[in-house]
Amino acid sequence: MNFDYNEEQQLLADSIKRFIDKDYDFETRKYVASAEGYSAEVWGTLAEMGLLGLPFSPDYEGFGGGAVDLMSVMECMGAGLVVEPYLPTVTAAQFVARAGSEAQKKAILPAVASGELKDGLRADRSRGALRPRARRGRGEESGAGWTLDGVKQVVIGAPQADQLVVSARTSNDGDRGISLFLVDARAAGVSMKAYRTIDELRAADVGFKGVQLGADALIGKPGEGLAHIEAVVDFATALLCAEAVGAIKYANDATLEYIKTRKQFGVPIGAFQALQHRMVDMVISWEQARSMACMACARVDSEKDAGERKRLISAAKIRIADACRHVSQEAIQLHGGMGMTEEMKVSHTFRRLTMIAQQFGDADHHLERFAALDKVA
Amino acid sequence: MDLSYSGEELAFRDEVRGWLAANLPADLRDKVGDHEHLSKEDLLRWHRILAKQGWVAPAWPKEWGGTGWNVVQRYIFEEECGYAGTPPLVPFGLAMCAPVLHKFGTEAQKKRHLPPIYNGDLFWCQGYSEPGSGSDLASLKTKAVRDGDHYVVNGQKIWTTLGHYADWIFCLVRTDSTAAIRQEGISFLLIDMKTPGITVRPLILMDGGHEVNEVFFENVRVPVENLVHEEGKGWTVAKYLLGHERMNTGRVGISKRELTKLKAFAARQNKDGKSLMDDPRFRDKVSRVEVELMALEITNLRFLDQMRRTGQPPGADVSMLKIKGTEIQQSLTELMMYAVGPQAQPFKPLQADDGFDAFAASLAPRYCNTRKTTIYAGSNEIQRNIISKMSLGL
Repeated sequence: MNFDYNEEQQLLADSIKRFIDKDYDFETRKYVASAEGYSAEVWGTLAEMGLLGLPFSPDYEGFGGGAVDLMSVMECMGAGLVVEPYLPTVTAAQFVARAGSEAQKKAILPAVASGELKDGLRADRSRGALRPRARRGRGEESGAGWTLDGVKQVVIGAPQADQLVVSARTSNDGDRGISLFLVDARAAGVSMKAYRTIDELRAADVGFKGVQLGADALIGKPGEGLAHIEAVVDFATALLCAEAVGAIKYANDATLEYIKTRKQFGVPIGAFQALQHRMVDMVISWEQARSMACMACARVDSEKDAGERKRLISAAKIRIADACRHVSQEAIQLHGGMGMTEEMKVSHTFRRLTMIAQQFGDADHHLERFAALDKVA
Repeated sequence: MDLSYSGEELAFRDEVRGWLAANLPADLRDKVGDHEHLSKEDLLRWHRILAKQGWVAPAWPKEWGGTGWNVVQRYIFEEECGYAGTPPLVPFGLAMCAPVLHKFGTEAQKKRHLPPIYNGDLFWCQGYSEPGSGSDLASLKTKAVRDGDHYVVNGQKIWTTLGHYADWIFCLVRTDSTAAIRQEGISFLLIDMKTPGITVRPLILMDGGHEVNEVFFENVRVPVENLVHEEGKGWTVAKYLLGHERMNTGRVGISKRELTKLKAFAARQNKDGKSLMDDPRFRDKVSRVEVELMALEITNLRFLDQMRRTGQPPGADVSMLKIKGTEIQQSLTELMMYAVGPQAQPFKPLQADDGFDAFAASLAPRYCNTRKTTIYAGSNEIQRNIISKMSLGL
């Protein structure tokens, strides 16, 4: 039993924390978010720091890291509210890393690691939840290749993506009818309605109209996409939990600082017990959420039983979603009117936490999955 | 990062688990599982079984019978006991008076009091709270006035848990009412409950049970050799004890056992032709408690891991475990009561009746009784004050 980061993980965490403190302060972040939604320079730095290739095998210029290695990175990204599409890229590349052909891995992974390529994760409509049985995209085999038709909604990172990983129904064979494809974001027939999300990420509804794909666009075997989707989304959910923990920590630190300095009735408002107890409950929420993020990151790679993995990830996401909601709402309340303003970072953290609570399934979605997988004696 | 126990820790857990399976008497286990009243004899029977095994006081120094286990082993032991459903070890002697004597006691006090505590020969209780001094303990008024080689004690203690079983009581008393800082006028006294002038009066709780008492002192003469540490240093002793809390403040093992029972029971309950566990409204409540308990277990382990590496006492972290642990205990008893529905309303049969379901009837009293957990041992509001002051600097 050991809950510490190892030396390498700690060094990595320290270096990204330094980078965010120095070169990605709140003003910089605001500029990046309002301009292109990402900065090529920052992306290059992430690549230089080895963060983009971290989870890939050394055979493809990666470092062979797992979710635990990414956990400290994600905590820092959460605290710094990084808007660059790091999680979508790492997640989408996981499909190639886990299920792709040798040629796909060689073509994609080193390019992602070097910062050349950004991938967009396909997501579905409605509440950010991936509902694998409701795919809209359809892939049809046409001779040696495939034709892709359909729409994917709220694809985070899509406007910046070079490559998209798209899930599509290739047969009506239920769970066995979903396949994964690698699609060039600029291919003929791909259209995007791009927008900013409330937490200032870039996303798009992506349309596919008769998009012609070669046979080599298929990731893995036809009809076997669902298990990969579940595994990769669980992996991404563990990372998202870590990001949430970092953002929650920032919200708590900022709120504590605020109630110690803001004076009313001649005293810091943190002298009032009504606020002290609420602050304590926020800290407890963070501790409980961090425990579940540790569990999620430690178990998502090592748990061999898919059912148990899903149950654990759902448990983590339930607690994280509840903590996101609790802490973000309280942080604004304790900041008073100032917390409502655009100029305070905490209001941006509020927005990010609100979105994280929903992403990859909200608490209700995961309560349903958790209950379904439970073994009642 | 590795959340699992090491091979050695797992082997230790299996050893404890195996021993408990073989040595916890079935009748005691069933009584605990059904939340039946545990008599003094029940409590002491289990105490003596552990004493014979050498496991009754793991945290004590080895020369007095401690096991030499590290904090993680002690935690594993306590959690396994909780999960197996052993009677509780009453803490007043083993985990409260004894650590105080180890730290502040004279050799004579140690020799006299520690062996009977270890062997379960003498039963202890705690005399802290008073009618006017609950959360504000330092305002206590029970007076001890020096008279030759005795203190003469007058006053009243309240909420004295198992005072009606006790042979001895350790008390905080006021030896100096003129001290400028009121904490400095308090002393720590050991008092034989058979001393003339002591009256124990039961306080019956709303579940009908007798566990706490009022204890009255009228001109009770206590030999000065029963003073622990110096006169006026009682508050230091009490504070030391606060930092010496046990590892399982969150009582994860017991809550896991109760959760398993709740789920198994609710699965058998019929609601509109389906299992109650298939009712999403009920099911979500159970799942949320389960998730909170999973998180608490990991939080607990994280704190232990930190203690083991830094050698620092847990400090305000214990308060967090107490808050979460007790909230979970209360949720579980509440859900258990909801699970039986109207069947929770019968309490006691008016006359012997074969059809009376004693288990269902125990759930509402248990729900009532468990409300105490967020009040006792420093109310959860006091715990929040502690975290606020000690960890957050507010």
